[in-house]
Parts: sequence; structure tokens; C-alpha cells
Amino acid sequence: MRPTRDIAVVAFGQTDHRRTSDEHSEVEMLLPVLHDVLDRTGLRTADIGFTCSGSSDYLAGRAFSFTMALDGVGAWPPISESHVEMDGAWALYEAWTKLLTGDADTALVYAYGKSSPGSVRDVLTRQLDPYYVAPLWPDSVALAALQAQALIDAGETDEPALAGVAARSRADARTNAHAQLRGPVPQGDYLVRPLRTGDCPPIGDGAAAVILAAGERARDLCERPAWIRGIDHRVEAHSLGVRDLTDSPSTRLAAERAGAFERPVDTAELHAPFTSQEVVLRKALRLGDSVCVNPSGGPLAANPVMAAGLIRIGEAAARVHRGESDRALAHATSGPCLQQNLVAVLEGDVR
Amino acid sequence: MSKEPVAVVGIGQTKHVAARQDVSIAGLVREAARRALDDAELTWVDIDAVVIGKAPDFFEGVMMPELYLADALGAVGKPMLRVHTAGSVGGSTALVAANLVAARVHGTVLTLAFEKQSESNAMWGLSLPVPFQQPLLAGAGGFFAPHVRAYMRRTGAPDTVGSLVAYKDRRNALKNPYAHLHEHDITLEKVQASPMLWDPIRYSETCPSSDGACAMILTDRAGAARSPRPPAWMHGGAMRSEPTLFAGKDFVSPQAGKDCAADVYRQAGIADPRRDIDAVEMYVPFSWYEPMWLENLGFADEGEGWKLTESGVTELEGDLPVNMSGGVLSTNPIGASGMIRFAEAALQVRGQAGEHQVDGARRVLGHAYGGGSQFFSMWLVGAAPPAS
Repeated sequence: MRPTRDIAVVAFGQTDHRRTSDEHSEVEMLLPVLHDVLDRTGLRTADIGFTCSGSSDYLAGRAFSFTMALDGVGAWPPISESHVEMDGAWALYEAWTKLLTGDADTALVYAYGKSSPGSVRDVLTRQLDPYYVAPLWPDSVALAALQAQALIDAGETDEPALAGVAARSRADARTNAHAQLRGPVPQGDYLVRPLRTGDCPPIGDGAAAVILAAGERARDLCERPAWIRGIDHRVEAHSLGVRDLTDSPSTRLAAERAGAFERPVDTAELHAPFTSQEVVLRKALRLGDSVCVNPSGGPLAANPVMAAGLIRIGEAAARVHRGESDRALAHATSGPCLQQNLVAVLEGDVR
Repeated sequence: MSKEPVAVVGIGQTKHVAARQDVSIAGLVREAARRALDDAELTWVDIDAVVIGKAPDFFEGVMMPELYLADALGAVGKPMLRVHTAGSVGGSTALVAANLVAARVHGTVLTLAFEKQSESNAMWGLSLPVPFQQPLLAGAGGFFAPHVRAYMRRTGAPDTVGSLVAYKDRRNALKNPYAHLHEHDITLEKVQASPMLWDPIRYSETCPSSDGACAMILTDRAGAARSPRPPAWMHGGAMRSEPTLFAGKDFVSPQAGKDCAADVYRQAGIADPRRDIDAVEMYVPFSWYEPMWLENLGFADEGEGWKLTESGVTELEGDLPVNMSGGVLSTNPIGASGMIRFAEAALQVRGQAGEHQVDGARRVLGHAYGGGSQFFSMWLVGAAPPAS
């Protein structure tokens, strides 16, 4: 669909992503990022028309964890606010629809996740079918390994090619001051065959925030707004047994609906926490070798769960802001083996 | 720019009970969704997107259950959003779904909220220790009782008002086939003789723990034109939040609630809620919240809410019926409770509320709140399409 109103990402901020952040609560982690995006636009909390966040109680290990994060926004007088128990990319989607209705002209979107207090591999098993699958505790790396092996068996990739994805991502991350893993990283031993530690994302804590604005407001707040030309998301069946793990039809459909295939993109920020998932996404998104994929280093360089998808949109937008991209694609994922996928297309004004 | 008008054309609920041991979580939500589709005379292929809500994932012990529920809700190949805004979530979920239609992103959206409290223990889910923050380990009643006390002290309300609300809501529930508590032998004396849990809140003035789900089909003007039954039209909807704890917060009548109601009334062209609104489905988990919210929502002046309750105005046959369905006091699948308020408001203006129908209900408010009285979501629905 064609959006009825021009809406752009006008500011993006993120933390330095780290293996542990024991000394900071979620609110303390979030606060500097919120101030960062507000400072970039000169807006104050009271100026924001709508606020939406993404996070997960299971990472915090307690119910209603997001209610305290609101303290970091400074929500007084009362604000128009909502929350998705999903990656922040979906919070951005909710904010985008809110701006489309005309009820607000600006939106603050944020997301955060601390994986360090627990074992994120164990925690993510609780996402699975609670009656038949979760009791077996298959973890996120094991499920990604199933997907990787299916790709290798289908002749779509091999282990050296996967190592190449890892090396390229971490090399690109050298210029990203926020990344957790930068520069040469050993491919390491098998974690779950065929995936080695180098094929897997680092475990870490982090937060990110984005400001959206509509129409002329966006031009006032940002020299070169990253216009959201299209955004869509789709979900697939949960059960791995009924899906072809070497393909991602939901990504392809979301990309189609977002208009990604109408003209080539020059940049793609992909939320592929495992090297093998980049192979799946490149195919679904028809990304040729000329497209600059994950110049930030992607989730292989920093993967703060629940914020990593929003960061892909933010990184893609920031490249448009800086004039390094004219048409960028951003992708976010949720669930085991790329079950749910969101695609956004961002463009700068013609120069 | 103009918004697309939003219509409710399908409503489905499960029969709410303490434990639905005959169905999985997936089976529970599918039951409500099927009933909503049947009401709208639509099938799964007519649905463009699914917006689902529930209260904390710890209540069932499933992290982000929307992923597992995608199949059961016919969402495969479609967009699916999961909203979580504490106790207000059922209302917020409906509003997020409504925005998809209003923004013309989708034509027809299925929205659903649920809680299957029997899968786990909500009290335990709420009692995990929070480092460096004020412990609220006494359960929800322990948190809210002091604020009820403050209301009584501030207004001089006699201590009999709470039991009147509970007696009314439990009697109303007898007329609602989906309500959890059907206490056929209820009397005012029984409510007043029930054990004191968190003074001044008695056992019979508290909500039950329920398994249940509620679903609605929201659609655009074209979809409403095809509806086999009268649609309910959304005239206004809003969410407001404020922090849980801070100096200066008025727990008796939070500013976020007042602002949220004012926004809805502005959108709906309501000048005087007491006169212009025919009935209210209000989030009342503890009986005293009826008079408190009557004031917060502008139906009574400050200090006067309890007088409306005491004089019978909020009875089913009264001038401003409140919680015709029996309310949260009779049915509380936590994550769904807000959506049930929204859905029951829509049932009233569609004239489909059966035995608990208010004659001539044309404009009805659905209200939800959550957290430490910090999150609010409301909508006002009407029998006629909105002007413009």
C-alpha cells in the first residue's frame, strides 16, 4: 500500500552494546539514548505526539518490566503511549500507523534488552509451543543450526561461505563505535554443528531510540529525513516442521508490500543474528552483490535482543541522514528461525 | 487529513471460567476468534491482520505467545502485532487494531485479548522481586486498598458503597451468559458479611481469576456496509500513561485518566458525559473503583461519585448504567478484561447485549486501566456512524 502521509525517521540513537551492564538498570541504560534523540531534534518529551516501546518481560525476569522504563521518558504530564511485547521495530510500525491517522505528527520509539542477567539461549526456549516443544528446551542456537544444516544440504551455502559472512560483518563493524564485536573475530569451535561461535551473535545488553516525524515537521527536524516509503510485516507458522527453513516467504511478502522490489536499494540492514540467516534473507529479498549489506556490522556485531531490529531501521536511516544511502532496506525478525519478519524501505530526498 | 471510520462488526467471547482444562491456550483464543468471525459472517480469508494482547507473559509462562498462536489465529502470511500495556492492554489492543483501519493500512482486522490464568499463578507472576524498587508484594488488592481509603477519607463516602457496587455487578452477571461468576443466591448481606481481605476491600468486592478470551472484528466503511448485523461505530479512542510512583501523583484520580477521557470526549463531541453518554463499561476490579472512576471520567464532580452509586443511578435500570455485563468484578481474564469492556460497550450500541441490554443505548463508553493506575485506554462507540 502507498502511505497516505509522508513519514520519516529523523533521529536515531543507541547505546554502546556490551556483554554485561550490571551497574545499570534498564531505565539508566535507556535514559542517555532518549536524551540523545531528543537533543538531535531539539524536541522535549512534552513535544512528542506519541510514544511507543518494545521490550520483553522475560529478559528482565519479571512482569510489567516496561512500566518502569516509562520513568526514563519523563512521562509527566501524562503522555499518549503504548508498548508492544516485541522488538522495537514493531513499536515503530505501531507509531507509523498512529502518525498515518493524523492524530500525531511526531513519535518517540524505543527498545531495550538486557540478556546478561540470565541465559538468553534458555530464555528464548520459552517462546516455543508451551505444550509440545518448550518442555524439550531446544535453544535458539540449536534451532538456527537446523536451519543452517538445511541450507547446506540444499546446496545454498557451505561453512566457508558462512565464515565469510561473519568475517565481513565484524570487519565492517570496525567503524561502528557502538558494536560489541569489532574487527577480526576467530570463527571458533562448533557451538551446535554446523554453526561455530563465529556464526552466532554476541550476547549483550543495549538500547536504541528513534524519532519519527510527518511531512514538513520532518524537514524542520532533520536536514535529510529518511522517508519511510513502505513498511510491512508478516508472520509464518510456528512449527518448524511445516516450514521450508531455507526460504523466508514472510520476508518476501513483507518486502513486496513495502515496495522494496519496485527499484533497487543500495543498502540493506538485515536482522540476521546467525550467518546462515543472511543467506536466507539475501535470497528472499533478491539482494545482489552490489547492495551494501549490514555496513554497521549487523547483529553479528551487536545483538541486544528486542532492540536489534529497531537498530537495523535506525542504522539504515542514519546512512540516509548522512547521505551515504539514497534508498535503503531495513529488516527485523522475531521468533525461531525467522518466523516473523518486518521490512521497511527508507529514502532520502533526491540530491 | 481524514481518518477512515472504524466499525465493530463481529464480537466473540468464551464462557469465562476459573479453569478451561479442556482447551490449550491456542484452543481458547481460537474459540473467541471463531465466534467473532461467525458474528460478522466472515471467514479467516477476510482478515487482513491480527492484533493480539494479553497481560504479562509470566501469567502463562510463555514468552511472546503470539509467535506460537499465529497458526491458531489464522495469521500465517499476515501481519501480527502483540500489544502489552498492563491491565489496560485489552483496550489498547483494540485501539492499535482500530488505528490500522483508521490509517487505511488494512480494511478488516481481527483483534483479540486473552488470559488463561489457570496455566500458572498470576499472584506469583506479579510478585517477582524488583531490585531497587518499592516492593508491591501484597498483590493488587494490597496496592489499591490505601487509595480506596484515601478516597473515602477525602469524600466522606459511607463504608457501605463498595458492597452496593459488588451486589449490583454480581446481579448483572446473572444476565450475561459469558460471565464467570454466576452467584444465584447473592444478597447484599452476603457481600457485607464476606471476609475482609485488604481493609476496606472485602472478598466479595474483588475480581475472580478467570480463563477467557475476547475477540472483535474491526473494519472500514465498506466492510461495515456488508455487515449482516448493525455495526458499532468508533467515535473516539485514546491512551494515556503516567509513571507508577512519583511525588504529586493523585492515586485517587490520576491525571492520565482525566486526560484520556477528555481526549475521547473531544473526538466524539461529548460536551457533558453525564448527559451525552448512555452507559459505561468500566474497569472495576475492586468495587470502590466505580465511584472513583465516575469522578475521574467526568460523570460526577469530585467527591460526588459515591452519591451516584448510592442513589441507584448506576444500576442496570438506572439513568447511567455501569457494568451491565457484570464487569471485572464478575469476570477477570486479566489481559482480556479491558477488551471485554470495549466489546460489551459495542454490544450495547448494536442492541446485541441480550438480557443485560440497556434500552436505547446509543453512545457507550468502554474503559480500561492498568499498572498502578498509570495506564488508561478508552473508546466511545455509537450506534450511528461518526459525523464528517
